[in-house]
Amino acid sequence: MAEFWSGFLLPLIIMVLQILAITVPLLVAVAFMTYAERKIMGAMQLRQGPAIVGPFGLMQPFADGLKLFAKEQVLPEGANRVVFYVAPMLTFFLALIAWAVIPFDYGVVLSNINVGVLYLFAISSLGVYGIVMAGWASNSRYAFLGALRSAAQMVSYEVSMGLIIITVLLCVGSLNLTDIVHAQERVWFCIPLLPMFVMFFISALAETNRAPFDLPEGESELVAGFMVEYSSAPFALFFLGEYANMILMSAMTSILFLGGWLSPLPFAPFTWVPGIVWFALKIAFCLFTFVWVRATMPRYRYDQLMRLGWKVFLPFSLFWVVLTAGVLVTFGWLPK
Amino acid sequence: MSMTVSSESATGVVATGPGGPISATGPETKTQIKPYTMNFGPQHPAAHGVLRLVMELNGEVVERCDPHIGLLHRGTEKLIEYKTYVQAVPYFDRLDYVSPMCMEHAYVLGIENLLQIKAPLRAQYIRVLFSEITRILNHILSITTGALDVGAITPALWGFEEREILMEFYERVSGARLHANYFRPGGVAWDLPDGLLDDIWAFTERFPKFMEDLDNLLTNNRIFKQRTVDIGIVTKEQALDWAFTGPMLRGSGVAWDLRKSQPYEVYDRMDFDVPVGLTGDCWARYLVRMEEMKQSLRIMRQCCKEMPAGPVKVEDRKVAPPARGEMKRSMEALIHHFKLFTEGFHVPAGETYTAIEAPKGEFGVYLVSDGTNKPYRCKIRAPGFAHLQGLDFMSKGHMLADAVANIASMDIVFGEIDR
Repeated sequence: MAEFWSGFLLPLIIMVLQILAITVPLLVAVAFMTYAERKIMGAMQLRQGPAIVGPFGLMQPFADGLKLFAKEQVLPEGANRVVFYVAPMLTFFLALIAWAVIPFDYGVVLSNINVGVLYLFAISSLGVYGIVMAGWASNSRYAFLGALRSAAQMVSYEVSMGLIIITVLLCVGSLNLTDIVHAQERVWFCIPLLPMFVMFFISALAETNRAPFDLPEGESELVAGFMVEYSSAPFALFFLGEYANMILMSAMTSILFLGGWLSPLPFAPFTWVPGIVWFALKIAFCLFTFVWVRATMPRYRYDQLMRLGWKVFLPFSLFWVVLTAGVLVTFGWLPK
Repeated sequence: MSMTVSSESATGVVATGPGGPISATGPETKTQIKPYTMNFGPQHPAAHGVLRLVMELNGEVVERCDPHIGLLHRGTEKLIEYKTYVQAVPYFDRLDYVSPMCMEHAYVLGIENLLQIKAPLRAQYIRVLFSEITRILNHILSITTGALDVGAITPALWGFEEREILMEFYERVSGARLHANYFRPGGVAWDLPDGLLDDIWAFTERFPKFMEDLDNLLTNNRIFKQRTVDIGIVTKEQALDWAFTGPMLRGSGVAWDLRKSQPYEVYDRMDFDVPVGLTGDCWARYLVRMEEMKQSLRIMRQCCKEMPAGPVKVEDRKVAPPARGEMKRSMEALIHHFKLFTEGFHVPAGETYTAIEAPKGEFGVYLVSDGTNKPYRCKIRAPGFAHLQGLDFMSKGHMLADAVANIASMDIVFGEIDR
């Protein structure tokens, strides 16, 4: 019995608690991300944003959530019931499990695996399945077009994103996310790899289907794209998944280019602030930029998006990989 | 809308593709790809009201784009035949509900043509002033919702802030923000309230700042350019053949503006330019509208500066009602008032086609009078109706998203198309 306790049950309980310690704050962050987005966009658009529910409208996300979950679920005629309901779950699930490898501070990470970057990359690539399944299962033409767009878009931008990550990995010499942050102790990668940083951020916009790359849902063309037939809880899952993915991409940007939990200046009083606060601030900065871009930019057209991905980003990131590798080898800066 | 799953194929495999069944029947494998038919609207965020398009797509490329109209048909023209001339004015507000006073303008000018009267000078200035306010009102909506259709959200919200200011001018002069019912045969309903001209002047000073902001968000935005340049090109010949007017015609390089070519009211006294586009694409039409707003500001300023004193409606009591105060003293005025608001005035038999340069193009009213107090026939020529015909050739070969940009650049309002 004691062995069962110490060998199985206790680690399980600890694991579950750890998972909850990540996902619960994450979901709260998602809720307030929607609130922040509406407030920021409101400020940019000469209006207030949510201001009625609770003080400063702070309870708005919960009211929205309650509304969504209380609504009727509609299954379109001719839809594939299983795939239709699995799709939002998959999206939501993938958005959450990616967080397992994110280091919030030195040593504060659920699983410090050696191939952290690859894991993240794999999970975010799988995200396209939720969307494609949703579009296919809905049996709607708008949803179908949205799914097609999204499949093409996410695949294209993943290629250049992979190359961008390779440049970072060349400079670090490890796939472990904690090592990547440590490698930035002297200088954050956003400075020597500035073009890569910008391209990574733009690819992150495309990867999360955010403006100006929000073609899969393309409001003015496809109404809501792949999720046009969704209502109630499945819709809420898509919504939560999308925002959780945004936060994940911001976290990835922070880890790869903005020095993760490191303080911007390596001396007191900046080092007194806990690393997790710096990390959160960097994520918040990236998220703010997500919203800022959305308020400013029109949407790309499908072919323009493809052209940008394949004809601009891919050659350029490929060139930069070669350049970085060349510089590292020439000056003997390759990490041991 | 559902994807067709073919069941008639007897022999074998049925694969469902985007355009319906791709059936492989037996030994002679014949793949047939039908275009992907899509029902766009009438409830679609980019349909600008109740436009319904039946589109045939090849992938995302539009092969055919068939506009279906009539979902907002209210029988305005027929209703007008059963109303006295003055009672019909509010129907015109409800045609192109984005530029109400311009619609009224065409109608009252038509009646005045039949009656052989002319509004007093002050009334003409007021009408021109408010026609230009209306033009700005319309173009703000057109440009910003056009931007919304290509994905830029912020211009729309900024634009509506300015529109609100203009609608307040509407309200101060007529009591209504939108459906003004302000222009009347023989003048305007009431004189301008005190201080309105000063506020309009202040607006003309403030508005260029908004135009600059809009320029920064759209004109200088690369993505916006990519979405509009070379999209929906209309050549000069096409524009003339399809009876395009307004910015749709001027965007294609034809310098035709009724305010210049056959000036009505006091437009011949105004100093303004007619902007002309070079390329005939969505971008040119956008630029023409932007410049027209600036020219409208110029006209508004001239109106404010030169606004003459005097009556705002004709003194002929058979057409324009007397002042309220006069009715309390004069029996004759009371009788006139009573007759005007029960029977209305009789218009001599005749017909007229009167057109004005509405923000969307040539808005014309063909009025036939049989000498009674009601029009025998009132045919309305709405510019949007002619423009919508062009959607098919403008969108052919472009992508779905460009069709949306085309609809936006036509500045379609269904009130006037369906009537």
